[in-house]
Amino acid sequence: MYKDIFKISSKKFKSRLIVGTGKYKNFNECAKAVKISGADIVTVAVRRVNISNKNKPVLMDYINPKKITYLPNTAGCFNSDEALRTLRLAREIGGWKLVKLEVLGDKKSLLPDMIETLKSTEILTKEGFKVMVYCNDDPLMAKRLENVGAVAIMPLAAPIGSGLGIQNFTNIKLIRNQTKLPLIIDAGIGQASDATIAMELGCDGVLINTAIARARKPLEMAKAMKYAVIAGRKSFLSGRIKKNLYGFASTPNKGII
Amino acid sequence: MKKLKKIKINLNGKTALFPNGSTVFNVIKKINAPLDKIAIELNKKIVNKKNLRKISLRNKDKIEIVHFIGGG
Repeated sequence: MYKDIFKISSKKFKSRLIVGTGKYKNFNECAKAVKISGADIVTVAVRRVNISNKNKPVLMDYINPKKITYLPNTAGCFNSDEALRTLRLAREIGGWKLVKLEVLGDKKSLLPDMIETLKSTEILTKEGFKVMVYCNDDPLMAKRLENVGAVAIMPLAAPIGSGLGIQNFTNIKLIRNQTKLPLIIDAGIGQASDATIAMELGCDGVLINTAIARARKPLEMAKAMKYAVIAGRKSFLSGRIKKNLYGFASTPNKGII
Repeated sequence: MKKLKKIKINLNGKTALFPNGSTVFNVIKKINAPLDKIAIELNKKIVNKKNLRKISLRNKDKIEIVHFIGGG
């Protein structure tokens, strides 16, 4: 039987849905949403420890990094130096080599700065990191990222947190056709159907944070996203029918009364 | 008895006073941070967590202690 395996940098994962851990009401809700979503990778950010409140709960107390793969990100970094510093620190916390690079270029749109992103990908790869790269939906830049050692290409569907869904179908398909690397839609998903469409375009996975965390019912949306990704993948693998301009009856005319 | 001289450091962006001769380990102990969940930077250089007791603090040192939080 054909086995549909999701692999990033030689590591196998069960779920094609990656979940962000930001913007939840609290860690408890976040942990529940992750569990319900079925995700086995979560993105996390690196920030200062709160030194004035020593007993404040921490993420690791709620989501066990031994059971769920932590994918440290560089959220909030606007140049290569900041991103490199952040990921080197993340690695130091406990040996994390699989990371999500995200170098932003504009505070309003949160679109990525691809020059800084490319530079950082190359340096991090040389330092032994396995870099999953948040990027623009530009096939040429995606190719360059692949050439300098990215382990996954993660183009945006739309700006981070916008919920607009996939804006450029053509470019996502072009990237799909040119790369064998895992292609993961990162950012801009708004509802379950957006995730399904991403998977139907042939993407290997989807990364979602805001659409779950800020839904009216985050736990229900986590479930919806889980099934949306599964449905999209199955649909893609099953091969859709050709589109026809005219109707084509499902019931045979033979024996009609 | 002569009072111990204090040194002034910058800890996660805030001024903090420690007795002269303190090490990075003393700082971590003071803020009660679990070692397996943090990373430490001293003057923008990452500190190997095995050497914390060997690194003495100097006046105006800048220490950053980070951990993972929720993020997308």
